[in-house]
Amino acid sequence: MIDLVIIPLFKIAVVLNGVLVSVTFMVLLERKVIAWAQSRLGPMRVGPWGVLQAIVDPIKLILKEDITPTKADKWMFTLAPILSLVPALVVFSVVPFGGDALFYITDINVGLLFIISVTSIGVYGIILAGWASNSKYPLLASLRAAAQLISYEIAVTMTLVSVILTAGTLSMVGIVEAQQETGFWFGFVQPVAFVLVFIGGLAETNRIPFDLPEAEQELTGGFHTEYSGMRFALFFLAEYANMIVIAAVVTALFWGGWLRPFPSVDALFPSVGALSFLNLAFLDLIPSWVWFFGKMFVFLYLFIWIRATLPRYRYDQLMRIGWKVLIPIALANIVVTAVVKVWLL
Amino acid sequence: MVETIVFYTLSALILGLGVAVITTPNTVHSVLFLVMNFLCVAVIYVVLEAEFLAVIQVLVYAGGIVVLYLFVVMLVNLKRDPEAHQDPRRLSLVGLALAGAVLLELAGIVVYSYSREPSAPVAAAAASPVQGNVEQIGWLLYTDYLIPFEVASVLLLVAMVGAIVLAKREL
Amino acid sequence: MAIEAAPMFDTDELVLNMGPQHPSTHGVLRVILRLNGERVVDADVVIGYIHRGIEKLTENRDWTQIILLTDRMDYVSAATSNLGYCETVEKLMEVEVPRRARYIRTILAELQRVASHCLWLGTHAMDIGAMTVFMYAFRERELILDLFEEYCGARLTYNCMRIGGLPLDIPTGWGRKVRAFCDVMDSRIPEYEELLTNNRIWLERTRGIGVISGEAATALGLCGPPLRGSGVYRDVRKDEPYAAYDEFEFDVPLGTNGDTYDRYLIRLEEFRQSLRIIRQAVDGMPDGPVMGKVPRLIKPKAGETYHAIESPKGELGYFIVSDGRSTNPYRLRVRPPSFCNLQGLKPLIIGHLVADVVALIGTIDVVIGEVDR
Repeated sequence: MIDLVIIPLFKIAVVLNGVLVSVTFMVLLERKVIAWAQSRLGPMRVGPWGVLQAIVDPIKLILKEDITPTKADKWMFTLAPILSLVPALVVFSVVPFGGDALFYITDINVGLLFIISVTSIGVYGIILAGWASNSKYPLLASLRAAAQLISYEIAVTMTLVSVILTAGTLSMVGIVEAQQETGFWFGFVQPVAFVLVFIGGLAETNRIPFDLPEAEQELTGGFHTEYSGMRFALFFLAEYANMIVIAAVVTALFWGGWLRPFPSVDALFPSVGALSFLNLAFLDLIPSWVWFFGKMFVFLYLFIWIRATLPRYRYDQLMRIGWKVLIPIALANIVVTAVVKVWLL
Repeated sequence: MVETIVFYTLSALILGLGVAVITTPNTVHSVLFLVMNFLCVAVIYVVLEAEFLAVIQVLVYAGGIVVLYLFVVMLVNLKRDPEAHQDPRRLSLVGLALAGAVLLELAGIVVYSYSREPSAPVAAAAASPVQGNVEQIGWLLYTDYLIPFEVASVLLLVAMVGAIVLAKREL
Repeated sequence: MAIEAAPMFDTDELVLNMGPQHPSTHGVLRVILRLNGERVVDADVVIGYIHRGIEKLTENRDWTQIILLTDRMDYVSAATSNLGYCETVEKLMEVEVPRRARYIRTILAELQRVASHCLWLGTHAMDIGAMTVFMYAFRERELILDLFEEYCGARLTYNCMRIGGLPLDIPTGWGRKVRAFCDVMDSRIPEYEELLTNNRIWLERTRGIGVISGEAATALGLCGPPLRGSGVYRDVRKDEPYAAYDEFEFDVPLGTNGDTYDRYLIRLEEFRQSLRIIRQAVDGMPDGPVMGKVPRLIKPKAGETYHAIESPKGELGYFIVSDGRSTNPYRLRVRPPSFCNLQGLKPLIIGHLVADVVALIGTIDVVIGEVDR
C-alpha cells in the first residue's frame, strides 16, 4: 500500500510543487539575467535584490480580473490554458532527477516517447486559445503555432531516434545508465543531435528566436492576447514548465543526467593506474540530483541568454529552417548513427 | 475483473465520444471529441500492456494528425449556409449499402474470431526471440509483416508526392 | 506541369486592423491590412489620430510662442524642429545670426540626430525581436538628454532656440562634456553592430526587405535615410547648408540596394558622421554673443518664404506667410519628413509578410506626432 500509493503520491506532490515554485523563480531569474545583459538591475523593490518578486508576481496574476471576451467560445477559452499546462506537468513523471528510484516518479520502458507524445498534446492549448478568443491576432498566432510546433516536433523526434539508437533503450533512466556504461555522455557522441534538439526545443517552447506565436511586436501577444488573470498565468506556467522539460531532457539525453563529470577516465586508460587521480573520485560526494539540477540550470541560462541576444525569425524563414535544414540533417544523422552502430561497433 | 470493468467503461466512452464527434454542430468541438476518443483508445492499449502502441497512438493521431485537422477546420469558413449540406449528388442509397457492408464485415470478424482458438497471435509473439514491447513490435514488423510494412511506406510516399503535386501547381 | 489555378477552397482575404493601438506602430498609426495567409495583398495607411491642429494654432500665436508648438511635432527631435522654424523666420526677416549661436545650434541639432537615431535603432531592433539593443540605445540617448537638460532644463520638449539666436549661452564645461559623450558613443556603436550588423537573423530579416529603387523613392517624395538608402544623394546639410554646416567636414552615407538593411547601415554611419560634426564644432567654437539683433516685437514684413533643414527623419521644411501687419503668421505650413516618408509605406509593405510590416514601419522611422501635427 505504502509503496504503491503513498510514496508515488508524495513524489508527485513534491515534483508538482517543485516545478510550479521553480517556474516562478525561473521568471525572476529570466528578468534578472536579461536585466544584467542589458545593463539594468531588474526587479529590486520586493525583498532583498527583488527575490520576493517571484512570490508577488503570481499573487498579482491571481488577483487580477479574469476577462472572457463576449464572443469567445467560453468552454474552449477555459479549456485551452488547462490543456497547455497539464501536459507540461505530466511529462515530469518520467524525468529522472537523480540516480536513485527516490528521485523519479516512475521509469517506464517508453519514457522518451512518452515525453514526446505528451508534449505534442500541448499544441492544442495554443491552437484552441487562438481559435476560442474569436479575435484575429490570436487566430493568426495559433495558425503559426500549429505549423511551427508540428514541423519542429518532427525534426526533434527524428533527431531523438538517433539518440535512441545509440542508447538502445527508450527509458529515460536507461539512457542515462547507457551513458554511464559507455563512459561517454551522448553530447560528445551525438553533438549534431544535441544541437538539433536544443534548437528544436527553443522552437517548441516558443522562445526567441522562434517565438512567433506570441511575437508581441507583430501579433500583440499572440495566442494569449485576450487572456488575463489566472488563465494567462497558466499559459505562462506552461511555457516555463516546458522550458524546464526541454532542459531536463537535454540534460538526461546528452549530458549524462545525474552522472558526475569525468566518469570515463578509468574506461579510457584502464592500464594507467597513475592517472586514477584524474578520475576525481571526490566528485562522488556530491549527490546525484545536484549534478542534474546544475546541468539543467546551465541550459535554462542558455535559453535566457539567447533571448537577450537574438532577434526573431520570420514565419517563412522559420518553416524553411525546420523543413529544409533540421529535418534533412536529422535524417542524415539517423543514417550515420545506424551505419556506425551496425558495422563499426 | 478490474481489467474487464476498465475495458467496458473505456469502450462505452469511446463509442459515446464517437457519436459526439459526428453529432456536434461545431466542427472544432467535434475535432476535440475525436482527440479524446483517440486518448481513450490509447488507454485501452495501456490496459492491454502495449505501451509502445499507446504512446504512438497519442503521438501520431492525437498530437499530429488531428492537429492538422484542426488547422484545416480553423481555416475553412465555417459560417457557410446550410445549403452546402444538401448536395444534389448525394447518393444516400449507396452510402447505406456501404455502411451495411462494413457492418457485415465487422460481424463476420467477430463471429470468425470467436469460432477459432484465440491463441495464434499470442503464440507468435511469445515465439519471437526478443523481449520487451518495442523490440517485439520491431521484430514482427521486420520479419512476419515486412511486405505490408513496406507497402504501407510506399503508400505514404505516394500520398506525399500527391500532396506536393496538388499544392505546387507548377513544377 | 501547369494546372490551371482553379480555387479549390474559398480563399477569403483576412482584413487585419493594425493599430491605432498596437505595440509596434510607433504611436497611433493605423494600417488596415488585407492578408492572404500572412502575405499583405493590400494596405491602407490611416493617419490623423493625434491631429492637434498645430498649423492652425500658429495663426493665433505670436512668432516666438510658435517655437514651443514646433517642439510638439517631432517630439523625439524637438531641437531640429525648433531650428527649422527659427531659421525660416530669420530668413524672412533677414536677421544675421551670430556665428557662436550657429555653432551651438549645429551641436544641438547633431546631438538631437544621434538621440533620435538611438530611439529609432532601439525600437526598430525591438520590432524585429532584439530586445537588448533597445536598452543599449536608450542608455546612450539618456546621456544626450542629460546634456540637453544641462543646457536648457528640459529633456524632451526643449524650446531651446529663439528667432535670431539662442536663449542661453552654453554652461561652463558643457563643451567638454559633449566631447566626453562623443567618446562614449564611439565606443558604444560597435556594441550595436556586434549584436546586429553581422547577425544572421538580422540579415535575413532586413536584407531584401522593402526594396525601393532610387527613382521610385524620388517619385514618392521620400527624404532622409529612406531616400539615401536607395542611393540618391540628397542631404540638405550639404545641398543647401544652414546653421554652420558649411564650415564642417562630413560625409553623406549612401546605400546601394535600397532595402531595410541599407537604411540600417546608413543610420549607423550617420551616428559617426554626427559625432564627427559635433567634435569639429566643439573644438572650433568661436566667441561672441549668442543672440543676433532682433527687434523686441517680432513682426516680419509682408511676404512668404520656404526653408528646409535636414532633421533626423529627413527634409523638414517650413513655409510661412506673413501679412506684415499682425504679430502672428498669416499661414504656416510644415513639410514634415515623417509624413512624406509614410507615403512610402504602402508600396513597401505590399507583398511582404505581417512580420515585415512592423520591420518596415520601423525602417522608415515615423513619428506620428509629426505626421498628424
